[in-house]
Amino acid sequence: MSYSEKVIDHYERPRNVGSFKTDDSDVGTGLVGAPACGDVMKLQIRVGAGGIIEDAKFKTFGCGSAIASSSLVTEWVKGKTLDEAANIKNTEIAQHLALPPVKIHCSVLAEDAIKAAISDYKKKHGA
Amino acid sequence: MTMVGDTKNMDARRPVYLDYQATTPCDPRVVDAMLPYFTEKFGNPHSRNHAYGWEAEEAVEQARGEVAAIIGADAKEIVFTSGATESNNLALKGAARFHKDRKDHLITVVTEHKCVLDSCRHLEQEGFAVTYLPVKSNGLIDPEALAAAITERTVLVSVMAVNNEIGVIQPLAEIGRLCRRAGVFFHTDAAQAVGKMPLDVNAMNIDLMSISGHKIYGPKGIGALYVRRRPRVRLQALINGGGQERGMRSGTLPAPLIVGMGEACRIARIEMADEADRLRRLHDRLLTGVQQRLPDVYLNGDCEQRIPGNLNLSFAFVEGEGLMMGIKGIAVSSGSACTSASLEPSYVLRALGVDAEMAHTSLRIGLGRYTTEADIDYAVDHIVGAVSRLRELSPLWEMHLEGIDIKSIQWAEH
Repeated sequence: MSYSEKVIDHYERPRNVGSFKTDDSDVGTGLVGAPACGDVMKLQIRVGAGGIIEDAKFKTFGCGSAIASSSLVTEWVKGKTLDEAANIKNTEIAQHLALPPVKIHCSVLAEDAIKAAISDYKKKHGA
Repeated sequence: MTMVGDTKNMDARRPVYLDYQATTPCDPRVVDAMLPYFTEKFGNPHSRNHAYGWEAEEAVEQARGEVAAIIGADAKEIVFTSGATESNNLALKGAARFHKDRKDHLITVVTEHKCVLDSCRHLEQEGFAVTYLPVKSNGLIDPEALAAAITERTVLVSVMAVNNEIGVIQPLAEIGRLCRRAGVFFHTDAAQAVGKMPLDVNAMNIDLMSISGHKIYGPKGIGALYVRRRPRVRLQALINGGGQERGMRSGTLPAPLIVGMGEACRIARIEMADEADRLRRLHDRLLTGVQQRLPDVYLNGDCEQRIPGNLNLSFAFVEGEGLMMGIKGIAVSSGSACTSASLEPSYVLRALGVDAEMAHTSLRIGLGRYTTEADIDYAVDHIVGAVSRLRELSPLWEMHLEGIDIKSIQWAEH
């Protein structure tokens, strides 16, 4: 399995590793995947004024491509509105990281994670 | 010659080799023994009429004797093949097809190598019935379950001596006794066992045994099948041709490879006991080193009935392929799905009852002749460092520290 430089970069120097308090009202948490599949991503967003994502954090149980996909996503969502973030496509993630076909599902899971985090935030705010 | 265990060369970007179950380097003595047969003594061992043939034949027969000696067999009972995969195919298909009119049932184990399982599937398509015995959580079969599975239509039982993923040793003598009493053939895939533990085909009542050259510091592309002569085991050949190897395997014998395999067996027979002691010490050093510095590390497979050169470890809450990426300084393999072609985790680990998520967290570490203490210490540091880092990244580790039972969560698999 040869990894692209970008995947290796995110693996060696992951961005935004960590956790927000799940209970905080401005935090949305997405937990997707399953240990039995070898892929679990926890993605959290902190949403500020005007519905802009101010900060994001992730933790991932998975291969290098999964770690890279979720790390990348935390970079991409910062500064975006919830709607803009929800529009991030797994194909964009896969292309940026040059994921081989057998690893495309990692980018799909990252897209799911964003959507799950946004959905969680919206639920907290009566949506 | 740079030996694979040269720790001082690590900066030269070659990882420390710790995947000895996958393959082994040729022992330099093996290469020395082989070389003359490529360019000087290059004759076809079946050329009866001239010195080129005679000298090649003599070398082949000497090697055959060495292969027989390491398993307590007679030289006449050794058939050379292209490797253990071919030997397994020949043993299973050859015996089954020969006895098809009276016997059409085989017994094997779920943790066998793919070539055994796939040969059995193929035989099922030909109309044979196959029983796949389960294993206990320690990876060993229950001899009573085996006894219960034998019928009067059973032709053969196939149980590998040492498992390539988890290193456990099956109770060969007991299985042999059972089979002899029941009048069925006992075949064992001994690729990972020959040269690593004492084997005696007579004491263990083994009728067929597969042997691999490249697992015992011999060359790749050569193996052997031990075929008992008393009482005679008859096989239908897979490969037809000039009738070499008593009609059981046609084709020109590759003299250089056979000489290499013979030398590998000779060396292994003489050095086996000392090497096993040394490997046991290295094995314990690695296991203790890792478990002292990391919690939640599990050894897969029975801790007593195993060869010392194998450790299959699960590192809870860390995924195997991700871990392998972080330990580029050592060459190992993983029981994680990601590293196999499918997304299924190792079937051997699953057969032990290891949860799918734990199967995703495992590493197979193989030690061998050229592994040094420095290699072990480096591996321990490297593994501990990578696991610790990845646990920091892991939501499962985080949940574990918070006291959450991961099994209680409803995961939304996509």
